[in-house]
Amino acid sequence: MRYAIPGVVLVGLIVLFSVGLYLNPREVPSPLIGKPAPAFSLPLLADGTTYTAQDLKGRPLLVNFFASWCVGCQVEHPLLLRLAQRDGVEIVGMDYKDTPADINDYLKRHGDPYRRVVEDAQGTAGLDWGVYGVPETFVLDAGGTIVYKQIGPMTEQVWQEKIRPLLKERG
Amino acid sequence: MMKQSLVLILALWLGTGAALAAGPQPEDSFAADVQGSLNPAQEARYQALTRELRCMVCMNESIADSTAALANDMRMQVRKQIIAGRSDAQILKYLTDRYGDFVLYNPPFKRLTLLLWLGPLLLVLLALALALAFVRRSHRRSKAVTVNEQALKQLLDENRPS
Repeated sequence: MRYAIPGVVLVGLIVLFSVGLYLNPREVPSPLIGKPAPAFSLPLLADGTTYTAQDLKGRPLLVNFFASWCVGCQVEHPLLLRLAQRDGVEIVGMDYKDTPADINDYLKRHGDPYRRVVEDAQGTAGLDWGVYGVPETFVLDAGGTIVYKQIGPMTEQVWQEKIRPLLKERG
Repeated sequence: MMKQSLVLILALWLGTGAALAAGPQPEDSFAADVQGSLNPAQEARYQALTRELRCMVCMNESIADSTAALANDMRMQVRKQIIAGRSDAQILKYLTDRYGDFVLYNPPFKRLTLLLWLGPLLLVLLALALALAFVRRSHRRSKAVTVNEQALKQLLDENRPS
């Protein structure tokens, strides 16, 4: 009985800290969830024509911020290829702080899962979208509203458990 | 001889001091990547704002201290917007709209941050309550000790050295 209160406190702290251990401190909730995709007007990698946030409307899709210099992007790249081929997901790539030569080389080497690749050479769209570390993937519904943000490499688990149900329900 | 070397040391010391003062300060090297100059009042605002904003990549560094590319972009934004005549509040809103309250080192007081702000106060109150309970209990216990004076006297008498 003497040790009841310290015991309860100890167990409480153990639970609190072990939950904390499994949280990812890098996952900062985006204030953009539930808001329309921030505007941008940038050239496409393919032909230099202008692509804007308006062009993202009309169907659900993924907007993936990536770069040739980004290691995490190579980790998720096979999955993106699989999503594009197997599930027919439309992925728009935002090439963050990169050069056309480098990204063309990268896509040639690793394959190209993107319906469109937009050149965000200065990272201005990245700043407006609140990107702080590539890869980051935004899930947009048909109305162009951001419904989910994946920080860091996408995984099969995240796709199956979070993103696919969202796309189904919004699509 | 003694005097000469003393003068030499003094000259060297002053010399390095002057060289250090003239050399690039960390803030200057960061500022160099942004065009446009700030007047002293604007510069003070710039310094204060960049110290208040978190570098989202490094997490535990302000954008004033960080050399990360993103911190550089954010500093550039702050500088640009100061030059454009936007207020501190407008600039902070611009960044929280994109990165959330986490970008601020000084989080706002609202429902979501209630525990953050009032948590320490709650802990102090809890500690005070516990301390009070502890003191009361030990006080009560000390009162409960009653002395059987007769027995004590007898004990003392028995053990008195003869």
